[in-house]
Amino acid sequence: MSKAFVRTEFHPDLPPPASERGVVGWLRHNLFSTWYNSLATLVIFYLAYLAIPPIIDWTLISAVWEANDYKECKAAGSGACWGMIDKRFNLFMYGFYKAEHFWRPNLTLIIFIVAMLPVLFDKLPGKNICAPFLILGYPAVALALIRGPIEMSSFQSPIGIAVWVALFAGSVFMGHRGAKTANAVMSGIGYTAAYFILFIVFASWGLGLEPTETDTYGGLLLTLILAGVGIAVALPLGILLALGRRASSMPIIQMLCIGFIEIIRSVPLISVLFMAQFMLPLFMPEGMKFDNVMRALVGFSLFAAAYMAEVVRGGLQAIPKGQFEAADSLGLNFYLNMRLIVLPQALKIVIPGIVSTFIGLFKDTSLVSIIGLADLLLVAKQSYTDANWLGLEHTAYVYIAVIYFCICFSMSRYSMYLERKLHTGHKR
Amino acid sequence: MSDTNTAAADNSGPAITISAMHKWYGDFHVLKDINLTVERGERIVVCGPSGSGKSTMIRCINRLEEHQKGSINVSGIELTNDLKNIDTIRREVGMVFQHFNLFPHLTVLQNCTLAPIWVRKMPKAEAEEIAMKYLERVKIPEQAQKFPGQLSGGQQQRVAIARSLCMNPEIMLFDEPTSALDPEMIKEVLDVMVDLAKEGMTMLVVTHEMGFAKQVADRVIFMDGGEIIEQNEPNEFFDNPQSDRTKLFLSQILGHS
Repeated sequence: MSKAFVRTEFHPDLPPPASERGVVGWLRHNLFSTWYNSLATLVIFYLAYLAIPPIIDWTLISAVWEANDYKECKAAGSGACWGMIDKRFNLFMYGFYKAEHFWRPNLTLIIFIVAMLPVLFDKLPGKNICAPFLILGYPAVALALIRGPIEMSSFQSPIGIAVWVALFAGSVFMGHRGAKTANAVMSGIGYTAAYFILFIVFASWGLGLEPTETDTYGGLLLTLILAGVGIAVALPLGILLALGRRASSMPIIQMLCIGFIEIIRSVPLISVLFMAQFMLPLFMPEGMKFDNVMRALVGFSLFAAAYMAEVVRGGLQAIPKGQFEAADSLGLNFYLNMRLIVLPQALKIVIPGIVSTFIGLFKDTSLVSIIGLADLLLVAKQSYTDANWLGLEHTAYVYIAVIYFCICFSMSRYSMYLERKLHTGHKR
Repeated sequence: MSDTNTAAADNSGPAITISAMHKWYGDFHVLKDINLTVERGERIVVCGPSGSGKSTMIRCINRLEEHQKGSINVSGIELTNDLKNIDTIRREVGMVFQHFNLFPHLTVLQNCTLAPIWVRKMPKAEAEEIAMKYLERVKIPEQAQKFPGQLSGGQQQRVAIARSLCMNPEIMLFDEPTSALDPEMIKEVLDVMVDLAKEGMTMLVVTHEMGFAKQVADRVIFMDGGEIIEQNEPNEFFDNPQSDRTKLFLSQILGHS
């Protein structure tokens, strides 16, 4: 035998054998590839056979769709009592929010969804208008719609107004000055301060609507407010904390960031909520009203920001030093480097972590029921302890579990879509 | 920038003047008494064993590394802790890295237009026109819409060169531009660099490609142990090295060829 071998014509591509194709191929590969795989398949099918029919029976077949109290439910069927959900639907959605104001949170949600669609999905037009609106305008609009005007005592007196006007003029001047001298920190602080002053003025006007009482907020409305504000504050604050934690050239800022993150992460959320409930009023100037929902929001946002900071830091650490050097060598300053090079890559890497934190945050809102806020969980509990609807805890909890599931599952699916979209052919 | 008091680039003197420059990493004295003047349009190749400080030296020129003693003057601007001077110098000095360091989340075209748009405040259309011109010069205009991760190493390095050229730099620094490439891709990158040299770009190249040094360099610098041991024009340097360390180094890298 000679060692030499020369192939003179190309081998044609052949279709795979029948056992690799079609339904049979799929079953063979995925369900019955080995004897233990086959056994597991059969066991799981048997368990499904045991579990699924009773679930369907309870939720649909034996369920009661209309009832006026628990006695009617018990009499009409052994399944879920959806009649209770129907009768108490507004409580589950809005808590004790006044019915004549329901359009306000509804409109808030509709504006959010409409503005969010072009941001979430690239194919829709209008991203350049919607994204800035969501970041800058929407928080003020949402606050005004849901809460109405917030009374500010300093707007009552001429001196107070003069101070605010002076502050506003000062911050605009500072921002303008910073932009002119290419001082990013100065212009950033100036314009941010000016924005918050405008925000406060807008909040005190509140679109001229009737004010609502925050202790009437409840149900899904309260859950969404807590989660929405928590997410909106946690992400930017978390990014700043993560950058601060890595700012070795500014040791004091670095120490403050590390201290904040580590302290918050070392205590349970529920104790942060209790602290916010009882300690925050001590730090506030006298006469400043600070309601329960606001206190919970502060505790919640700070807690989430600490976790977010650590997630973002993970992403920052994954960016190779060469990226910073390349950006430096092109003359990009720190701010441009972060905004254009480092954060887009770092945040993309940690999308799963960020969304996990969001989902965790969303579900953790249920803890506020312990400090007496009537969120979705507490509303469910109130339902089955109501004299008319005694003993219907299964129905109540299954219902809110489905709501939690739908929202969390869509967040998780969107994050997968986002990862695919941002994948640009590089793997590290 | 003209209305501020930042030092303006001076195009009459030498491109780079380094005098009595020292650098330490902690207690380790990496660069010792570096003196080097680079004239405009001059092509200099820096070689030496690994750890000799050659990369560190050229990275000091655009302040990726900080020197602790002595002075570096680029186009008449003294390199100090003044951030404005550093930014001005970085705009005038392009750099090409061993590992390309392209931005993986941006397309090739976006990699090239990013700095002109954000740093030079150039309109997007103009920046794209210039970027396409340089991508044609490095012979990959057809890859403009791809992402760096979809290109070969040689193509990525050519994009990196185009990206630097888009800032229209006075001086180009090359830090071992072919060391991370497969052998069959080295030539395409060297060809681009030879073209650039022919057009009169001031170049400071850290490389082990002695063929390139012979072909284009005006001067070859040999470094070892953080010092400049020997410098000469290439023929003299390769045919008639003076120092023993240079002779040893040349015998090691030219041993097989």
